Amino acid sequence: MTIGLGHYLAVGAILFTLGILGIFLNRKNIIVILMSIELILLSVNVNLVAFSTFLGDIVGQVFALLVLTVAAAEAAIGLAVLVVYFRNRGSIAVEDVNLMKG
Amino acid sequence: MVQAIVFLPLLGAIVAGLISIFGAHARNPGGDSVEHHAEAHGHGEVPVTEEAGVIHAASHEPDAHGDHGDADHHAVEPPAAGSRAAELITTGLLFICAALSWFVLVDVGFLHHDARIALFPWINSGELQVAWSLRVDTLTAVMLVVVNTISSLVHLYSIGYMDEDPYRPRFFGYLSLFTFAMLMLVTADNLVQLFFGWEGVGLASYLLIGFWYQRPSANAAAIKAFIVNRVGDFGFALGIFAIFALIGSTDLETIFAGAPGLTGKTIDFLGWHADALTLTCLLLFMGAMGKSAQFLLHTWLPDAMEGPTPVSALIHAATMVTAGVFMVARLSPLFELAPTAQAFVMFIGATTAFFAATIGLVQNDIKRIVAYSTCSQLGYMFVAMGAGAYSVGMFHLFTHAFFKALLFLGSGSVIYAMHHEQDIRNMGGLWRKIPYTFAVMCIGTLALTGFPLFAGYFSKDAIIESAYASHNPFSTYAYLLTVGAAGLTSFYSWRLIFKTFFGEPHDEEHYEAAHESPLWMLIPIGVLAAGSILAGFPFKGLFAGHGVEEFFRDSVKMNPHILEDMENMPALLAPLPFVMMALGLLVSYIFYIQRPYLPVNLAEQQPMLYQFLLNKWYFDELYDLILVRPAKWIGRFLWKVGDGYLIDGLGPDGVSARVLDVTRNVVKIQTGYLYHYAFAMLIGVAGLITWFMFGFGGQ
Repeated sequence: MTIGLGHYLAVGAILFTLGILGIFLNRKNIIVILMSIELILLSVNVNLVAFSTFLGDIVGQVFALLVLTVAAAEAAIGLAVLVVYFRNRGSIAVEDVNLMKG
Repeated sequence: MVQAIVFLPLLGAIVAGLISIFGAHARNPGGDSVEHHAEAHGHGEVPVTEEAGVIHAASHEPDAHGDHGDADHHAVEPPAAGSRAAELITTGLLFICAALSWFVLVDVGFLHHDARIALFPWINSGELQVAWSLRVDTLTAVMLVVVNTISSLVHLYSIGYMDEDPYRPRFFGYLSLFTFAMLMLVTADNLVQLFFGWEGVGLASYLLIGFWYQRPSANAAAIKAFIVNRVGDFGFALGIFAIFALIGSTDLETIFAGAPGLTGKTIDFLGWHADALTLTCLLLFMGAMGKSAQFLLHTWLPDAMEGPTPVSALIHAATMVTAGVFMVARLSPLFELAPTAQAFVMFIGATTAFFAATIGLVQNDIKRIVAYSTCSQLGYMFVAMGAGAYSVGMFHLFTHAFFKALLFLGSGSVIYAMHHEQDIRNMGGLWRKIPYTFAVMCIGTLALTGFPLFAGYFSKDAIIESAYASHNPFSTYAYLLTVGAAGLTSFYSWRLIFKTFFGEPHDEEHYEAAHESPLWMLIPIGVLAAGSILAGFPFKGLFAGHGVEEFFRDSVKMNPHILEDMENMPALLAPLPFVMMALGLLVSYIFYIQRPYLPVNLAEQQPMLYQFLLNKWYFDELYDLILVRPAKWIGRFLWKVGDGYLIDGLGPDGVSARVLDVTRNVVKIQTGYLYHYAFAMLIGVAGLITWFMFGFGGQ
């Protein structure tokens, strides 16, 4: 069985769905949400690399590297925000983080 | 000279007002903080609650005693600085005015120097041209004499009567203000200026009835007087509008010149064709009914007795209440052309004369008896007006001013002697204690009841004759009622005298303490007593005899035949009023001197009639039922439903409340949870993609 583009895309889609579900079904910890976002970005990367390979266009892989960089930076900032938030509010449970409303 | 007469009282009012204001400032330097001296000034007159229709039988006696018991022992508040100055200035100015008025009467009445003095323009708006100007003819001169003489005497009297009151400058300021407004009224040369004076006296009356504003009953009486007068003034204002619409001017000369051309014209209103002159006169008479307390609009006058007694004498007996009579006489050229309106005037006058006299029979408050008597005598004057005998009505106005002011001031003297006791059942035997007051009260009563050679005899008999002689449809009705009222007048007047001055004292404590009033008060009532005798015979020829033409000339337009017809009274009927008067005196003597148990028995035998009269024909209750309560109900309805439910529920407040309701629900969508927002974004993205794929992408 040859592994074709469809398989890669399927893996990407599964990862993406896992990420989405991780955001919505998670009731415990904001760190899990950050990890889910990482998953979504990963699925995007899988898609980019797969298309890059099958289309023979290197730009996709360069772009995947760029996404990784941005994801690393985002994770660093997100964790920093979480630490500060924990210091201020004493909790980073998802149900406690509900100040974003009028 | 006329300018001085009119404006000196205003000057006095301003001076007294300034003294009063500075006094108030000195009393309360802080400004707004009002002290409450409950009854501390010691005028514990009987509180009478009208609205509830409380029969003021025994119920108020304890109050009255309690009040004046304290009065002497309370530390009386010191009067404001300058009180004496305010008294002397206003009184002095009024005496100057009174002296000048008599000169004017001679000048105008006998030397025929009528004058119209233009002062300055007032309103110039299109067709409406109104100027301040003074019109002095005989009618005005007579009123000037009446107003200024009585007013000056009342000012003098008040110096004595009000000597315990700390607010005297205010009182004298109001009195002078009233006099000024009344003079404006009688010298008016156009209807707008007349209306100015008319409202001015209404204001002064309101202020003076409510002078003791600490008393709720005084405030209620003041408001009642003001509101009942508004009803009449509404008609009066409509009458003035009608005249302006018909003639295009409010100047008296223009109106009189144009009036004959109006006969037969109609005013169309909602398909109703009313005779223009009749309607106008009826509307104007409505104003007179309010101001002169005639039947149906009389309810305010007895309540107005809440004011200080000098006020009752000046405003509610001698001058202001006669403004209606004066107005009808002033507009006699109009009324002469409207026989229907004249019939109505005579009907109302006769009804009032009789009706008020019946109520006077059973009242127990000394001032109220005199007040109903005033109401009744005003009815007499209107009978003369209705008969077209305007000068005769003015004659009664002239004599009545003297003897009724005398009766009021005499009552004031009695009240003063009795330490503010007003119930005649608590008096008795006073003639030994206050012989001077007794003597002048007797003169006043003789004049009022029409005892021969006293003032009222000439004027009242002339009115009864004019009622008999007139060709008015109500002439017989008016004749019978006025003759009947003459008997009733005699009865209740002598009842007052007998119960007050004769018999056994009913209140030993007060009887022992009773004392004659100070000289300030005795001099004015002495002068008025002289007036009550002298105002009659010497003036008979001028007002109700052959001198009328010569004396009044153009100032009133008499019915051309009435004076001749009055002389042709049947010899049998002529002494009838005298017989009635004697009968009233006799019955009163039997009832209250010889057999004092008779009136008690009579009241017990006829409880219905007695209660009916004691409660003043239940007019207050009737008005309460058909006017006051519906008005209160409407007010409550508009407050609760109109304002509370509609405006606050659906109006501006309602809209804002609905917006709040909506946002309160909308805001629940914003949970604050990050994943809800993310979910919403995802749904949105999914929706957009679906739309692109199937909307555009499919094509």
